[in-house]
Amino acid sequence: MNPAVLIASVYVFALAAFLGYQVISRVPPLLHTPLMSATNAISGISLIGSLVLAGKAHYPLFAHILGFVAVTTATINVVGGFGITDRMLKMFGKRKAAPTAEVAK
Amino acid sequence: MSLTSYFMEATYLIASLLFILALKMMSHPETARKGMFLAEGGMFAAIVGTLVGTEIVTWSWIIAGLALGSIIGGWMAVTVPMTAMPQRTALSHAFGALAAALVGVGEFVVKGSELSGITRGALGFEVMLGALTTTGSLIAAGKLQGIIAGKPVQFKGQNAVNLLIGLSMISSFVFFCIHPEVIAAFYSMLGLAFVFGVMLVIPIGSADMPVVMSLLNSYAGLAAAATGFVLQNNVLIIAGTLDGFSGFILSVLMCKAMNRSITNVLFGGFGAVIAEASTSNSGGVMREISLDDAAMQLAFANRVIFVPGYGLATAQAQHAVRELGELLEERGVTVKYAIHPVAGRMPGHMNVLLAEANVPYSSLYEMEQINPEFPSTDVAVVIGANDVVNPDARDNPNSLIAGMPILEVDRAKSVIVLKRGQGRGFSGLENPLFFKPCTSMLYGDAKATLGHLAQAVQHV
Repeated sequence: MNPAVLIASVYVFALAAFLGYQVISRVPPLLHTPLMSATNAISGISLIGSLVLAGKAHYPLFAHILGFVAVTTATINVVGGFGITDRMLKMFGKRKAAPTAEVAK
Repeated sequence: MSLTSYFMEATYLIASLLFILALKMMSHPETARKGMFLAEGGMFAAIVGTLVGTEIVTWSWIIAGLALGSIIGGWMAVTVPMTAMPQRTALSHAFGALAAALVGVGEFVVKGSELSGITRGALGFEVMLGALTTTGSLIAAGKLQGIIAGKPVQFKGQNAVNLLIGLSMISSFVFFCIHPEVIAAFYSMLGLAFVFGVMLVIPIGSADMPVVMSLLNSYAGLAAAATGFVLQNNVLIIAGTLDGFSGFILSVLMCKAMNRSITNVLFGGFGAVIAEASTSNSGGVMREISLDDAAMQLAFANRVIFVPGYGLATAQAQHAVRELGELLEERGVTVKYAIHPVAGRMPGHMNVLLAEANVPYSSLYEMEQINPEFPSTDVAVVIGANDVVNPDARDNPNSLIAGMPILEVDRAKSVIVLKRGQGRGFSGLENPLFFKPCTSMLYGDAKATLGHLAQAVQHV
């Protein structure tokens, strides 16, 4: 890796960190469990690195096998993570306005 | 660059934007679900982009992995009960981190000593963070599931041993950076990181799990970001960093809610110290209340606040409490739910359980919102919560949890505590709330007790 690429990567990292801080600190505690589950599913994007390892041309068999395991675990995270997040968020969606809530005081 | 490579890069850019948008939409329960659909779209695009843009020859491993992962992931998504959410999340941290670590190992196997110095540095971070998060999360999941004892495992000189392991891991890493041709250095770094993960999590008690979960979340994300540095892939850096920072923010919030520092949680060995602490104020008597009396109190109250804790989750009593709450509301009682940030075993645990039981989220209140309302509350019902309502944290500067913000239920006109038995809470601390004159105790399984209460309220 040449230094210019590294610097560009550090820029991406720093900006993503800043943006992440801004965006995520607005998520209410109510949704912290779905948030954790969602960010987990999103970071399952390491699947794309695993795919390359599992199937790229001229890679040794051992790399393919490592890639296979990584593809499996990353896919579990993507499919399971998004699935469960959706199940949770669906629960928060229903019965929006309760008659008795917010009336007090 | 070929046309397919451009296509691949375009899908990565789109995925990055959609991920950020999805997290932004997470800021409100109304939009959150739509946001996740966008993220799913982004993920799908990135996967297709990769398969099109990379020179793939061996499809069998890819298809097998995708199929197996989808089956297991899909099965988990459908079957895992909401009460098991902390374990499930810990497991997924382990899976994510393992994927990152394996990609790192694979990169080393393929390129070996051709890797440049900077890449070796990033690769080391990726592999170390990935490996220690994998084993650490597995231990956490085991503790939450009850396979491993939830009590902190501690021995003399533990911190010294941990320090030694940590330092050996880092020296292997440095050695690998300088001499990439020595294969043993890389693998000893990997092995030590696996051991280090175990050592980091075993001394931590279950009550501290919200912090540990958030930290592991953060590590798993940073491991993915490091993968991005190694593969020079920006969408990996962005998604990993978002995950890492989300975990970091949650850790800070959880620590604040316990008035402790991250170092104290990791190396303090909370549960063990407390056994030695004196229990000076256990002078009073706990007053028991009968079911009928409790039902009477609730039925004729104007304002009732339920305070759930981990006991609600273990007893699976979330539906029972909602039924009781609805019966009370039908009688004109104002019912609210007070949620402490560290109630349960992971951030937001109680909210999810109550949402599952159909409690509208507008009835769920955060600590700062609800605390001023306790003095005008007739009955506060504490269900399987202990430390988060311990007035010692506020009143007794010598208490081990001194300074931890609490739900001030003791300011309510009366308090009913639902508890499994007379024993102490998870931390082993004496709770003076139970001895206050305004407090009465109702022993038994929370789910059964709440069911009986609901019946009794109907007959009042």
